[in-house]
Amino acid sequence: MKKIRIQLEQLTNRISRRTMLGGAATAAVALVQTASGKTIQQGVSLNELLPEDPTKQIGTLAGEVGTRSAFEKVVKKPSDISSRSPLQDFYGIITPSDLHFERHHAGVPAIDPAKHELLIHGLVDKPLVFTVADLKRFPSVSRIAFLECSGNFRGGKETLSPQEICGLTSQSEWTGVKLSTLFREVGVKPNASWFLAEGSDTAIMTRSVPVKKGWDDAIVAYAQNGEALRPEQGYPVRLFLSGWEGNTSVKWLRRLELSDQPFMTREETSKYTEPIKDGKYRQFSFDIDARSIITYPTYPKTVEKGWIEIRGLAWSGRGKVVRVEVSTDAGKSWQLATLQDPILDKAHTAFRYVWNWNGTETEIMSRVTDETGYVQPTFAQLAKARGTDNGGYHFNPITAWQLKPDGRVLHRPDNLR
Amino acid sequence: MNRYSFWVPSTLLFVALASHFQTNGEADIASSIAKVDTLPARFGFGRPATGAEITRLDIDVRPDGKGLPPGQGQVAIGRQIFATKCVACHGTVGGPNGSLVTTTNPDRKRPEKTIGNYWPYATTVFDYIRRAMPFSQPGSLTNDEVYHLTAYLLQANGIIDEKTLINAQTLPRVVMPAQKLFVPDDRKGGPEIK
Repeated sequence: MKKIRIQLEQLTNRISRRTMLGGAATAAVALVQTASGKTIQQGVSLNELLPEDPTKQIGTLAGEVGTRSAFEKVVKKPSDISSRSPLQDFYGIITPSDLHFERHHAGVPAIDPAKHELLIHGLVDKPLVFTVADLKRFPSVSRIAFLECSGNFRGGKETLSPQEICGLTSQSEWTGVKLSTLFREVGVKPNASWFLAEGSDTAIMTRSVPVKKGWDDAIVAYAQNGEALRPEQGYPVRLFLSGWEGNTSVKWLRRLELSDQPFMTREETSKYTEPIKDGKYRQFSFDIDARSIITYPTYPKTVEKGWIEIRGLAWSGRGKVVRVEVSTDAGKSWQLATLQDPILDKAHTAFRYVWNWNGTETEIMSRVTDETGYVQPTFAQLAKARGTDNGGYHFNPITAWQLKPDGRVLHRPDNLR
Repeated sequence: MNRYSFWVPSTLLFVALASHFQTNGEADIASSIAKVDTLPARFGFGRPATGAEITRLDIDVRPDGKGLPPGQGQVAIGRQIFATKCVACHGTVGGPNGSLVTTTNPDRKRPEKTIGNYWPYATTVFDYIRRAMPFSQPGSLTNDEVYHLTAYLLQANGIIDEKTLINAQTLPRVVMPAQKLFVPDDRKGGPEIK
């Protein structure tokens, strides 16, 4: 007989990728001792690991790092260049750090924080180099704010989840030193109007940023949700520009150069620019316009007739969310949703609306209004304002979901042209 | 500074009372404590950057040519380098990883965005190749190789002719067809959809 020696931490901690992909049948990998004494790995089903009555068997002892329950299969959805947050699986407004979306241009670099430095030079009185330890000595600030890639839009078919439509937005508490503190330290010259932010990945990613944003509220962040930045989010140091398109919050930050003009890097010319009317293209589109999306009920969930709490997230790069309205009749009428505190500046804000569905086919959707009076537009309004050659950047249309009489929930695609 | 001096004793008293009675008056305490700005003009953290380390990292190139290194590029040599170091990903003219030269029918509703029809500044071509290409071996090209490739890509897009030499003087003077197409962001929030 095989003697199964299960290491408790493996229940949740060391589930191999193969096991995860294996689905529900295999819950964990246990070390199994064969008759010959050889130890091998073997998949064990969740049922084999579970006691019949958890009150009758001593549980896992205290550990060094907490783990997610083996029953929870919440994952990002990766492609070659990005990985999308599972918005439909979140509760509240903070994105668990390991589920924060990823977007990078040449992979996630491995950086030794003891060797990493930030150089600030150009139009300054005193070019300086800061170690990560130096940066942590300065007065620190924290803010809870969303970070969204401006290319955060997918559409065109019914079988899309919120994660697939706009999973390139996430929210964290970011902690670091104000860039204005560092600006004072190096003595930014009065004629400096832009600065270049450069990353330490193999793309050596660069963006030009107006100096005003640096003085206003930019942070050189070294922490996220109470711990050091995740490598995917820029470990050990990143720029964080609240409310602005995610690409400008340059990760793995190694250099800032003050200048009297923008540098016109690839990421602010041939990328991250979007068509507007008359064959023109908009450049330096920094602010994220207000957006909302219902995250429940959505594809691929199914619903039953009766009471449904419609839930979702709303945000604006220009300030606070002041109102979210929900329509349960395909946009013919709108009702106010309840906003969940805290309602923070440039932050994901949770909303909900309780509704009694009579089981007939309909469409549900949400629209947000921010404190500038901007109301989230329809797809048609955006197409009218910008023309039909939509590249996908800064595209924030109202998202509608079809409820079918059999309980299926499907995205309602808009036609691109 | 003087206008705060009156508040200090009463603030201390309030803090003492609050802690004595275990009240939950955090907000009140915070608002009654006079905030004295203790921030120095400079903290003195960090170390001066040397000229050598700035030069090592300062690889950016601006549209006015600032940052361009010595060296020179020729179209024909660039074509050869492209065929050996770039073609695997980009194909001979265009390719799956970012179109460099348009290969699609111009009648197509949505034309590809290429260096020739979408890149507003020629200096960006040099800057981007030098910083990030080839994708599998970034930083492996010499400045001359980057100039050669820049010359070839500009020629392949019909912007310069076969004989034009590309260097720190000529590259900033190349006017890209797309430059006139770009306008600054004019969205400002409020009710208007832009």
